Amino acid sequence: MSETPSITRDDVAHLARLARIDVPPEQLDHYAEQLQVILGAVAQVSEVASEDVPPMSHPLPLVNVFREDVVRSTLSNAEALSGAPSVESERFRVPRILDEE
Amino acid sequence: MTDLIRLTAAETAAVVASGEASAVEVAQAHLDRITAVDERVHAFLHVDTEGALAAASAVDARRAAGDALAPLAGVPLALKDVMTQQGIPTTCGSRMLEGWRPPYDATVTSRLKAAGVVILGKTNMDEFAMGSSTEHSAYGPTHNPWDLERIPGGSGGGSAAAVAAYEAPMAIGTDTGGSIRQPAAVTGTVGVKPTYGAVSRYGLVALASSLDQAGPCARNVLDTALLHATIAGHDPLDSTSAPVPVPDVVGAALRADVRGMRIGVVKELGGEGYQAGVRQRFDEAVEILTGLGAEVVEVSCPHFPYALAAYYLILPSECSSNLAKFDGMRFGIRVGEDVGDPSVEQVMGRTRAAGFGDETIRRIMLGTYALSAGYYDAYYGSAQKVRTLITRDFAAAFEQVDVLVSPTAPTTAFKLGEKLDDPLAMYLNDIATIPANLAGTPGMSLPVGLAPEDGLPVGLQIMAPAMADDRLYNVGAALEAALLERWGRPILEEAPSL
Repeated sequence: MSETPSITRDDVAHLARLARIDVPPEQLDHYAEQLQVILGAVAQVSEVASEDVPPMSHPLPLVNVFREDVVRSTLSNAEALSGAPSVESERFRVPRILDEE
Repeated sequence: MTDLIRLTAAETAAVVASGEASAVEVAQAHLDRITAVDERVHAFLHVDTEGALAAASAVDARRAAGDALAPLAGVPLALKDVMTQQGIPTTCGSRMLEGWRPPYDATVTSRLKAAGVVILGKTNMDEFAMGSSTEHSAYGPTHNPWDLERIPGGSGGGSAAAVAAYEAPMAIGTDTGGSIRQPAAVTGTVGVKPTYGAVSRYGLVALASSLDQAGPCARNVLDTALLHATIAGHDPLDSTSAPVPVPDVVGAALRADVRGMRIGVVKELGGEGYQAGVRQRFDEAVEILTGLGAEVVEVSCPHFPYALAAYYLILPSECSSNLAKFDGMRFGIRVGEDVGDPSVEQVMGRTRAAGFGDETIRRIMLGTYALSAGYYDAYYGSAQKVRTLITRDFAAAFEQVDVLVSPTAPTTAFKLGEKLDDPLAMYLNDIATIPANLAGTPGMSLPVGLAPEDGLPVGLQIMAPAMADDRLYNVGAALEAALLERWGRPILEEAPSL
């Protein structure tokens, strides 16, 4: 890429929304400035990433790692729920998922 | 009476096995040391006095019954707080997990317990293992035992500082971009990142799954080898665990013979940007290796200068995905549920803003950006190609030499606060350690002296091909023995007493 796109406070607000983080408005400019600097530095990867180089996602050539389909013990319901901030009827209790009418 | 906290792990195991001291006495001596110094060092986030004494007592009972003891039975250990231990607080240095007690043991934890290792407590770290100074811990920084005003490295600064401050003879760290090796370098201790897949990641709270690897920290090479052998090996609970035998790392550490070995100095890791005293001690160590009978040559890895950039795209991308699970629904804190009548997404946004620190938020947003439609190919896609090029650089280098060496970190320990407002300057600490994470190859840092200008420890990094971790221990132990002969005593004895 020839130049790094500039990161605005609106871009940061959008990223924060996508990442589900309520970044306070007064911090948007600060993050925009820092992300701009970091992206400017990391953009150099494009200098050597030519068409003929295959991408690598993982250091090990392991594929299709399966195990025998046998029954074994796992966490109990109570153990799985033991760290939950809110529990009801042996389930994770969460705030409302649907918008009200 | 022997000063139990000054013993190496191997010596401690021998003392317990012979009955010269009980495992309970050993554990108590370390718990007393923690009480005496950790207020100033702050290596620990949680000390499990009761659990440690119970584990030590069980070792003593097995010995009394005449049962055979594992090589590290009765030896105390500090566990990085990113590794789960059943019923023991595990925070990852984050507010997000404050109060969480995992319902299960990580495979590393269960192997330590099965080997009779006595887990003293959980060590401080940069939040979710992101950082090079431990300053990004939500619970305050760890202080370098060499100079309490300086950083102990990161993210595993707590584990390295605990070992350097004689609070534990060994510790577990995790290394995603240098988080075992760089803290080892700046605290004058030994740290090893094994080959990717050598140690199970089950129960290791993931930062970047294709890079994370747990490994040993200790005060000498043999102790790290003993700990490596205890925790490594295939684990069906981790689908990225390598189904291959563990190399004989302990045998290699005892062999300590570099005669006839070919050692490559990485041309791109040194020179400009590296502190003069770091370069000096590194050059002296390389001369020692030559004197020991190794053939030393310079090797070029032309794409290493792009490793840092690739890493700071790959890591944030994987991190933004891995940390999505911290949403206040299944574990950890939940914030703002009772303000207004919020939707689940609003509560997630409030929880994540309150639970994550500045650096974590920065990296999640960076990863979100790098993975977005329109930018994916230019950023994440290009970074993955650089990863291929770096792996090819390693492969070409290892056709010429048996191991590669470089300084571990470009500088000695810097002052707390010095780089906190400049993320890019902080990232440069990992410039020499990151290539091994991208390629999945193993690396070790060991102390090679004190920089003349500031009197602080300098680390040398050894890198080997994947699954040839034993070479690190062979070369490291040979160099360590030669340095010890030159110095007359271990380097940590030069550190000011706490």
